Amino acid sequence: MSVLTEDLKNKIKAYLPRYPRKQAVTLPALHLVHDELRHVSSEAIVEIAELLDLHPAEVQDTMTFYQFFKETEQDRLGDTRVWVCRGLACMLRGAYELIDHCEHRLGVKCGERTADGKITLEFAECIGACDGAPAVLLDDKHVMDVTPEKADKLFESLGERPA
Amino acid sequence: MADFEPVLLARINKPDSHRLEGYRADGGYATFERALKERKPEEVVTQVKDSGLRGRGGAGFPTGLKWTFLPKDHPGPIYLCVNADESEPCTYNNRILMEKDPHQVLEGIMLACYAIKSPTAYFYIRYEYGDAYRILQAAIDECYSAGLLGTNIQGSGFNLDVFLHRGAGAYICGEETGLIESLEGKRAWPRIKPPFPAIEGAFRKPTIVNNVETLACVTQIVRRGNDWFKSLGVPPDPKNPRDAGSYGPKLYTIAGHVERPVCVELPMGVTLRDLVEKHGGGVWKGRKAKSVNPGGLSMGFVDVNAKLKDSDLTEYDIPLDFNGPGKVGCLGLGTAAVTVIDDQTSMVDVLHNVCQFFSHESCGQCTPCREGTGWMLKIVDRMRRGLGRREDLDILVDVADRIGIMPGTTICGLADGAGWPVKTAIRKFRAEFEDAIRQGERSKYAKSLTVVGSH
Repeated sequence: MSVLTEDLKNKIKAYLPRYPRKQAVTLPALHLVHDELRHVSSEAIVEIAELLDLHPAEVQDTMTFYQFFKETEQDRLGDTRVWVCRGLACMLRGAYELIDHCEHRLGVKCGERTADGKITLEFAECIGACDGAPAVLLDDKHVMDVTPEKADKLFESLGERPA
Repeated sequence: MADFEPVLLARINKPDSHRLEGYRADGGYATFERALKERKPEEVVTQVKDSGLRGRGGAGFPTGLKWTFLPKDHPGPIYLCVNADESEPCTYNNRILMEKDPHQVLEGIMLACYAIKSPTAYFYIRYEYGDAYRILQAAIDECYSAGLLGTNIQGSGFNLDVFLHRGAGAYICGEETGLIESLEGKRAWPRIKPPFPAIEGAFRKPTIVNNVETLACVTQIVRRGNDWFKSLGVPPDPKNPRDAGSYGPKLYTIAGHVERPVCVELPMGVTLRDLVEKHGGGVWKGRKAKSVNPGGLSMGFVDVNAKLKDSDLTEYDIPLDFNGPGKVGCLGLGTAAVTVIDDQTSMVDVLHNVCQFFSHESCGQCTPCREGTGWMLKIVDRMRRGLGRREDLDILVDVADRIGIMPGTTICGLADGAGWPVKTAIRKFRAEFEDAIRQGERSKYAKSLTVVGSH
């Protein structure tokens, strides 16, 4: 029973002509799988490796370098990953207080998923939004000038009720 | 003095500035089309070399000179890697260029690829710039539809493909060989140089890695000419034959304790004081600055109140060109990302934030960096909790002096970037650190944030 759908496999294969070596499709493949399945399991790694003519160990080697990817069903990403930037420019404008506030509000620590599975809270290293510090990423979209109040509204819009 | 009229940022406030139509209406791509018809690739290389353009990614290496390192008559293919990994903390000018005027960057890519005879450009963009990624993909699609990319562009015989490649949250992918390893689908462990990428790079082929802002400069240089480029900035010091000058416009990003964190374009050489006071709205909340980081964390810190040698001027008055920050003990101009720290902020907290970053981002390949950044973090963490020891400061400076490509103990420069803020902070603000240790002050932030995360 395949973990990756035919559609997902076709999306991965579509990247192959871009590069002279199949291994270069590793990151794009990991992103595609991770976005859809919210984690990359061992089974998924084996299937990715098959598509790219790699040994599963090679795919896992690459994946584990980037702490970006969740590796198990238990750790899987929530519907939205909210990352609060902790870069120096954001720290100088209240990011640490914001992180504390978010942890308190959602009832999780950074790296954890809320009980209803809607939000994974993370901290991020500088996300390049210093003109709107403190800033936050919703998956891969910048949200600038995030006060605790704005964060609360954000969480509500993501369907999250206070912890 | 008249305000400088932006060139790189000229279009960013126009409606639909990211679309092909507007870019063409403003004269965009005429330069590339003319180059295809009228100029030889070697001529473009020579022009960029003679312009004095130096890379904007942090190292400031002369761009055209790097292009000449490619082997002549190589069977190829030659690759261009666009370094859009922009992860040096407090830097965001590449993001603005990509989000607001992507075609200016793309035209630079086209000109560069034409000059170096590359048929394929891999545009490595950090994952966190999702909006820029989508805008760029749309712009690239527009170019293919308009026949500006693809095979036999406008009947010239020149083929070019541009492929976006997303990162996954690793600062080391901004290191050119780390980027190449990541592109190839491996762990982003930088390679020993030599061989340099121009000789053996992506997929073992000759490769040029250029920064986004550098490529935008290429567009403007080929469009407006070297005389224009050299009319801006600072010529080489005549007393120093190895000085390549600081020509052209530069995007400076201002962040931290200022009224207006903003990205501003100015000729190279504006002073730190002028940049912060005239363009950043000055220090926020009516406070005074204590310290400034002049070019991204890796460059170290400036002591705003420290007098320069034989002068009434202070480190706040240094020019932000390729030479200025180095004269006051910083690593260099770096990314020209200026972060202001006010006088009510503890340098212990600042240093902790910096050490945390480098320890987290160390790829782990080289023992001095992997262990050294960890030691520095642990020591500063202990200091932040009020448990600093007298010998900590000397140990920190000792470690910082020993790790890096300059001391010759690591493969890449991340460790140098980790060490410079530590040694400049402690050397310049030693009294403050000694006080903190002596008084056993515990910072309000002293609950350590978890190190395990998704970066």
